[in-house]
Amino acid sequence: MTATEATAIPGPAAGPLSAVEVEHLDVTYRVRGSDRLALRDVSFQIGRSESYGLVGESGSGKSTVALALTRYLPRNGKVSAGSIRIAGRDPLAMNPAQLRQLRARSVSMVYQEPGKALNPSMRVGRQVAEVYEVAGLGKAEALERSEAMLRTVQISDPGDVMQRYPHQLSGGMAQRVVIAMALASEPELLILDEPTTALDATVEAEVLDLVAALRQELDTSLLFISHNLAVIAKMCDRVGVLYAGELIEEGPARQVFDQPRHPYTVGLLRCLPRIGQRKDHGRLDTIPGFLPPPGEQQAGCIFAPRCPIVEQQCREAAPPAFDTGPGQTSRCYLHEAAKDLPRSTPADLQLAATPTASEPVVTIRNLSKTFNADGHAVHALAGVNLDIERGETLGLVGESGSGKTTLARILLALTAPDPGSAIEMDGQPLGGELRRRSPAQLKALQIVFQNPDSALNRRHTVRRLISRPLVKLAGLSGSALTERLAELIRSVRMEPRHLALRPRQLSGGLKQRVAIARAFGGGPRIVVCDEPTSALDVSVQAAILNLLADLQAKEQVTYLFISHDLQLVRYLSDRIAVLYLGRLMELGTAERVFSGPHHPYTEALLSAVPSLDGQRTQRIRLTGEIPSAANPPSGCVFHTRCPRRLASGICESTEPALAEVEPGHLMSCHIPIDQLTTLQSYEPTP
Amino acid sequence: MTETLAMPPGVVSTSAKRREQSVWRLLLTRPTFVTGALILLFWIVCAIFGNQIAPHSPLAQQLLATNQPPSAAHWFGTDQLGRDVLSRVIVGAQTMLVIAPLATVVGTVLGTALGLVLGYLGGVVDLVVSRVVEAVLALPAILVIFLFVVALGVSTLTQVLVIGFIFTPLVARTVRSAVQVESQLDYLPAARLIGERSLRMMFVEILPNVMPTVLVEFTIRLGYAIFAVATLAFLGFGVQLSTPNWGTDINANYVVLGAGYWWETLFPALAIASLIIAINLVADAIEQVLAG
Amino acid sequence: MAIYLLRRLGLAVITLFLLSLIIFFAGQVLPGDPARSILGPLAAESAVRALDHQLGVDRPLVTQYWSWISGMLRGNMGESYQYQSPVEPLLVTALVNSAKLAALALIVIIPLGILGGVIAALYAGRPLDRIITLTGSSAATVPEFVSGIVVIVVFSVVLKLLPPSAQAQPGASFLTQLKSLILPAIPLVMVLFGYIARMARAGTIEALESDYVRTATLKGLKRVVVIYRHVLRNSLLPTITVIATQTGYLIGGLVVVERLFNYQGIGNLIYHAANAKDFPMLEASVLTIGVVYMVATVGADLLTTLLNPRQRTGAFR
Repeated sequence: MTATEATAIPGPAAGPLSAVEVEHLDVTYRVRGSDRLALRDVSFQIGRSESYGLVGESGSGKSTVALALTRYLPRNGKVSAGSIRIAGRDPLAMNPAQLRQLRARSVSMVYQEPGKALNPSMRVGRQVAEVYEVAGLGKAEALERSEAMLRTVQISDPGDVMQRYPHQLSGGMAQRVVIAMALASEPELLILDEPTTALDATVEAEVLDLVAALRQELDTSLLFISHNLAVIAKMCDRVGVLYAGELIEEGPARQVFDQPRHPYTVGLLRCLPRIGQRKDHGRLDTIPGFLPPPGEQQAGCIFAPRCPIVEQQCREAAPPAFDTGPGQTSRCYLHEAAKDLPRSTPADLQLAATPTASEPVVTIRNLSKTFNADGHAVHALAGVNLDIERGETLGLVGESGSGKTTLARILLALTAPDPGSAIEMDGQPLGGELRRRSPAQLKALQIVFQNPDSALNRRHTVRRLISRPLVKLAGLSGSALTERLAELIRSVRMEPRHLALRPRQLSGGLKQRVAIARAFGGGPRIVVCDEPTSALDVSVQAAILNLLADLQAKEQVTYLFISHDLQLVRYLSDRIAVLYLGRLMELGTAERVFSGPHHPYTEALLSAVPSLDGQRTQRIRLTGEIPSAANPPSGCVFHTRCPRRLASGICESTEPALAEVEPGHLMSCHIPIDQLTTLQSYEPTP
Repeated sequence: MTETLAMPPGVVSTSAKRREQSVWRLLLTRPTFVTGALILLFWIVCAIFGNQIAPHSPLAQQLLATNQPPSAAHWFGTDQLGRDVLSRVIVGAQTMLVIAPLATVVGTVLGTALGLVLGYLGGVVDLVVSRVVEAVLALPAILVIFLFVVALGVSTLTQVLVIGFIFTPLVARTVRSAVQVESQLDYLPAARLIGERSLRMMFVEILPNVMPTVLVEFTIRLGYAIFAVATLAFLGFGVQLSTPNWGTDINANYVVLGAGYWWETLFPALAIASLIIAINLVADAIEQVLAG
Repeated sequence: MAIYLLRRLGLAVITLFLLSLIIFFAGQVLPGDPARSILGPLAAESAVRALDHQLGVDRPLVTQYWSWISGMLRGNMGESYQYQSPVEPLLVTALVNSAKLAALALIVIIPLGILGGVIAALYAGRPLDRIITLTGSSAATVPEFVSGIVVIVVFSVVLKLLPPSAQAQPGASFLTQLKSLILPAIPLVMVLFGYIARMARAGTIEALESDYVRTATLKGLKRVVVIYRHVLRNSLLPTITVIATQTGYLIGGLVVVERLFNYQGIGNLIYHAANAKDFPMLEASVLTIGVVYMVATVGADLLTTLLNPRQRTGAFR
């Protein structure tokens, strides 16, 4: 196969009026005296009113693209080659006054952590008004227009909100304000950099819907940057995939996700759990190897070191962009073969039969936890009854304020429950504090935390980190210790040479493996996994999830799997518990909870989560914000937002009891199960 | 599998040993560190070999050549008793470089231990002790030191202990904050879940992570220790040994400033200033390197 | 907010109480008999004992403490051993004198320090920043008497521009008084500059790197507006607290500077009282300093709370 000429980037009519034109862009950072290439030869276009998604893992350079477009690179960064055009003008050639105009009129940006994007000492209204003042309006008129704009972003009492300070806004509200500020100037281009990553699922759905609606109305082009492929699939017309600073594949979103033509894209998509995949069959595939260090120059294709179908030519010269379909390109010599990419991990796992006799290993009765914040009582958990069965994976889902983290912490005695709560393991009561628990109990319960940077002592070596539990919990020493250590390392797929290293020298995935090895070192029976993959890249997540599944099969442990990512939970869990505002809303098998009939809250949650496999026809819109745990609503705590609230008023007055509506399926809802089945039988949720 | 590397943009990761070496190398490239270290080294040499280096004996009085301005024979002139100022300045480094570092070590060690306990245990203990600490700190440190030395006498040991004890709450305050920051991280609950005891938690888990803070505190306190020793001497409460003391010399000789005999006080003053500035430069460089 | 105020005041009162205890009992621990110090080593034993009784130093400790502290609160600070006259007027005059000197130093240092810090932050990492930062931290650790001597030698002895003594003649004009205070103020300014500049710098850098400044810049606002409206408002808040805590260093410096420049301020008063073992004077002045410091810190806390919207209003919802 000979290299063909690099074809012109296809796409919508690339006239002088396209919103963005980026050509052969190189961005370099100067670090410790040497130059590192963060973006290499990136070219793409965004047409008028088009929505373009930029997908990539950490280190891909996607945020750098946004910074380069707005000319807000840090002092040690610069555009070293290529050109940028926004609405036909070149930001790199502008003087400060022109640049300010560009930023005020043509480009706006929205990013993660809306709370931090607002000046904490200035009232919200004033900050929005600033945008209008820059456009030349007087103070009074600017405030008027601001109020109108806030109404457009669906803030119900804009006058009140304008008087508030940023710390008095919820996450969703703050992001709406930021969006209002961004769109107030009616820019040609709106850049969004992970705008909903910090938000809850239901709030995220609202914000995304808002952005989509406003975009239609204002005819703005969108550059949507995210690591979340499902969100991009939902929001974008076209998508570009960034890997280590290079745009390796591009095309219409649906096409790229359904028929990827680059080994990296193919691999990436296989890392994400889809409908019908379960931990024991249809396992997640992984991408072997590691991301190249930033700025490493290499001849040939940047993905070559990790590619399963790599050939000699790939290592010699970087591939140009090949046409692989209408409007789709891929930088791979072997793009034809990409669609039949061989797997790195076997698709099916030989599992030892999980014990069917499901006797509970942990029973939780009447678990409540009240915190005291500034004199207000915050009910993090209220009267939760739950059993965890031996050998299962119990998924715990809920948004912020649901109490799922509190529950885990209480289980591990990191927090003490309210008096009257009873937790038992194997029939023996579990003390509320660590020192009241027996050594056997300490040994039996362990945790894998979300963030390995925080969870591993950065001054200790891997050897010490993993050996401590072996010494303290398993009581090993000498040669027994060394043997078990070696065994553990192998079981988490690490190598002996990693033992001498410290966490800061390891990648995210490796660090999490250390954390997992540490958790399993003492031979626990129950392991709490608190968002174990949320802090990791997509390609690394899959490997860790597979590892967790393998370990469970091998060591016969029970998992309490906490996550906000419903797709992951469905993949890994046998049963699922849904929490809302400290109460258990639903408990049942993963099958049942996901396909229904299910609790209205579960229904709303599921409909809010974007999926790679296509959207559902209906979306349940939840109104309002998640209520404060300090002031929970009366009756059923969900009634204030429930779209299926009963007309009889019982939902406001009486809290429903947790009842078994079907064998093995518990729900806390006044609506009888057959009614739910009828109501919820639209296109069955996959 | 390829080499494992941490990924934040631009961080070059090396093996642990190479990291230690690179810290030194980074320090040596900084002009502030080099300047400060050289000056410090100079004074250390003076402290150790002073008596060999000095052109005259610092104690030799020449009653016929008192208050002589700087000349070829006496580069820094002579004082009221005809003693060579240069020699006294050189040998005077000794006193300074014995008391100050000792006091700083006492203060840093005790302060770190206290800070660890307060930061880790928190609760009632922290509340009560912090109140007391705040009460003590309501008074300017130098004032307190001065008062204690007046009361207890001017021996070397007293000065070391008093300065050390006054430094303890100051160091403890900083270390406590650092410990509280560490307490937000998950490795502490992870360790407790393995069954680690409090003592181990504080000294094996937390301490290594707050060491950079402790180190910086030490260097900062060292500067202040010299400050304190010099000030005490100036106020008339310097250690009364036969070895010359910069502060005491200034105290003795500043009465003749009005008569125009400026060299007797200026040179010891400059010596103090240079030593402190040197330590400061070193402290600043260390802080920059550990932070960056 | 009111609750916070009360709590803060309460804490301050407790701290002062603890301080008074420490001061009083420290005084008791010090060797030396008061009557003996007054009458001298040659006085008769009986006379010493009589004077002791008259001074009330043979009563139980708690009683002594109580009469002392209640007297303090009423404004009666006892009689100085050295001068055989009430402490109060001497203390007040000295305090006023020191206040003048301190005020001069503060008036100079606050704008200078803040300006220095902000400029250093705006040019962070570049030579100007390094110069300002290093000058600041070096100046801060050089003892006041050292810089004082250098300053005296240069301006007074060699150049003969300014007087070496800070004590102007009583009744002298404002300008003359000011002139004599310039030299002693310089060491104080040097000591304070470093710390204030460093805090201002840190606060400004943090604000400059924040997300909200990025938002403001990307709105298209002029740099000056961004700095004034968004950066400074947030960066100067912590600096206010720092200025208050600096009064501690300021007061400590007063002891040395007043001695060096022969100025009748409270620092000098303490020096002489300590040397002469004049306990009433000593304890009263030290306690006064403690009060001044507490007032400054509480004042700064209150100011910060008032200016910080997060603490002024409640949390969300």
